[in-house]
Amino acid sequence: MENVIIKDKPIKDTLPKDINSAAGDKIINDLLPQKFGKAGKIWVGILVAICLVGMFAYYRQLRYGLVVTNMRDYVSWGIYISNFVFFVAISLVGSLITAIFRLLGVKWGAPLTRIAEMIAVAGIIFASLIIIVDMGSPERFYYLFLYGRIQSPIIWDVIVITTYFFISVLLLYYPLLPDIKILLHHKERSSQKLNKFYSFIGSFWKGSHKQNLLSNKAINVLCITIIPVAFTIHTVTSWLFATTYRPGWDSTNFGAYFIAGAFLVGAGAVVVAMYVFRKAYHLEKYITDSHFDKMGKIVVLLSLVYLYFNVNEFLTPFFKMKESERGYLNDMFTGSFAPVFWFAILTGMILPIIILLFKKGRRPLPMFIVGVMVVVGAWFKRYLIVTPTLLHPFLPMHDVPEAYRHYFPSWEEWAITMGSLAGTLLVITILARIFPIIPIQETLNEHHETAE
Amino acid sequence: MNQENNSRREFLISGLLAAGVVAGCTPNKNTFEAAAGEDVVASGKKVKLLSVDGEIIEVDEAFLKPVPHMPPVSNTEARIGIPGKKFVMVIDLSRCKNLKKCQSACNHAHELNPGQNWIKVDPMQAGEYTAPYWEPTTCMHCDEPPCVKVCPVDATFKRQDGIVLIDSDRCIGCRFCMAACPYSTRVFNWDQPMLPAAVASQPYSAETSIPQKKGTVGKCDFCADMTREGMLPHCVSACPNGVFAFGDMNEDTVTNGAETFRFSELIRDKAGYRLMEDLGTKPSVYYLPPVNRNFPFQSGLENDKTQNS
Repeated sequence: MENVIIKDKPIKDTLPKDINSAAGDKIINDLLPQKFGKAGKIWVGILVAICLVGMFAYYRQLRYGLVVTNMRDYVSWGIYISNFVFFVAISLVGSLITAIFRLLGVKWGAPLTRIAEMIAVAGIIFASLIIIVDMGSPERFYYLFLYGRIQSPIIWDVIVITTYFFISVLLLYYPLLPDIKILLHHKERSSQKLNKFYSFIGSFWKGSHKQNLLSNKAINVLCITIIPVAFTIHTVTSWLFATTYRPGWDSTNFGAYFIAGAFLVGAGAVVVAMYVFRKAYHLEKYITDSHFDKMGKIVVLLSLVYLYFNVNEFLTPFFKMKESERGYLNDMFTGSFAPVFWFAILTGMILPIIILLFKKGRRPLPMFIVGVMVVVGAWFKRYLIVTPTLLHPFLPMHDVPEAYRHYFPSWEEWAITMGSLAGTLLVITILARIFPIIPIQETLNEHHETAE
Repeated sequence: MNQENNSRREFLISGLLAAGVVAGCTPNKNTFEAAAGEDVVASGKKVKLLSVDGEIIEVDEAFLKPVPHMPPVSNTEARIGIPGKKFVMVIDLSRCKNLKKCQSACNHAHELNPGQNWIKVDPMQAGEYTAPYWEPTTCMHCDEPPCVKVCPVDATFKRQDGIVLIDSDRCIGCRFCMAACPYSTRVFNWDQPMLPAAVASQPYSAETSIPQKKGTVGKCDFCADMTREGMLPHCVSACPNGVFAFGDMNEDTVTNGAETFRFSELIRDKAGYRLMEDLGTKPSVYYLPPVNRNFPFQSGLENDKTQNS
């Protein structure tokens, strides 16, 4: 029945004139979601398998308690928390590409907005999940809402992450509406179930002038609100550490340092996703070399900013070498964490800066490699933010079993962490399977404008 | 005034007596406040007791009155604390030789599992040429507790009598308090605690901290159940060297069981201090510096080896 309404008069009136032209058809044909090919199926299969292993590990954790992890009383936060910080960081890119670009009038970023929003939504979903995984009594999760005390930074985080999640979902959803209309117009491309889903979420969209005005207004409002909320989620996440007394966390630099790192890892993730989607769906015409070049320049800028904050964060305590921080700093610079530390600094910041300063370095393939380096470096950077500090408490680690004085994640921790990372990729993959990766309507409009 | 004196005396002496017996006796006088007004006939059977002054006195058995076991307090009461009290502990570092009797008494009383120590005895040495000493640490029961500030669900709380406790029925196990505590005093129940069935099935009491539960945080509770009954915490009574003194700041008195001190005088005369004063956490545990020591540092080393292996 809904079909009748959709196919009614408005469609022809409101779609750009060239929707039926050959060029328009080609654009639509190129950009409509595609069924998984063989590679796609293998990819999804691998991700599902990793997720299942992670779920089994989590089942073990639920059954036996957090004892299955290698966290103990000193290292009471481990890779779950670093992973949480990583997810929050990566989700910030939604606000960068969508909101900041839009408000600044950066036109070339339009094809990347949906990729960025998909990463943001997937990241924030798994940030919330992994924080529940880290809880010792997850069955009491709702206590946060029942007994929440506003003075605790965790409650601040709960509030802003929930807010950010809804804004991100809406920022993904509103710009999708015109595209869903196109999807419903091409029912033959999708299964019946999917079509039902499309009409469920978007059949009310007629594309009338009034609706467009309303939608544009809503997107503008969301773009303006998401920026302070994005800054808040990562600042508050940094405050989970900075509000404690511990060496390495007791820093006023932390909020800005975290946000700078978040924009960098998010941009890196977008570059990786751009490359993969472009290759997998043959989108060379829409995600061009020029997009990579421009993203490359942005990544250089963000790397330089993040490097600056790192110098700020480590050089001043290093210069003073306060007794309480000495052990922690030595561990990072030359001790047991040194390989990871220098790896993260090199691959996460210095090498990307060097590579991307050259025009050749900003071509798609090197950009892809740099993007992977940035993301991997960023993950290890988050590990370094959490663990070394906890191994250097104020009072000596004494009167505890030997195992409490070291930390290396157990297989369950790795499995759950890998599972959550695979889950993020799976969510992104599924979103890309259901929805157009590149906004179709916007591309059509642009094509229309340039044609005129 | 008289009333206050009596209550203080009760508190002090009761710490010396075996559980289940209360006294309010004064040496050389067979009158009991508790028994006043009642016709008590001396039985002729004498019991030896230790007085406040450290003297052994003999009291007729008939004058001892059993203390009715108080019912466990409700969660609401446990969160409020004992009105008019401000509990304080003084740890005399010159007396500690790392015997760890405090630790084993604490672990036993709270049914703690191996690997969990609410009391730790750390070998401390500030600088290369400074003297090493043994430093027992409990929960500091800070007046500005960083752990309470960060708890998202009000599971750990500060009472009006100064004690910081944990409600294990509320704790979600996020471990933010453990990260926030600069004294690393909190321990986590990483797995299901091994407890006798009778203990495990008890309803949780924040004052006894029993039973500990999987996925929640535990820590020293200043034996809030003992102090409610006017008795000393287990670590205090277990230490044979009188390292720990416990009392009420409002009454300006602390005792280690054998000796009683005026808190303000003790801190003034022996230059008492608190750990990490610069952090502004305002602990309720004071330390007396390790001067004029009763034992050399080395005497504690042997015990350290056996306990930590």
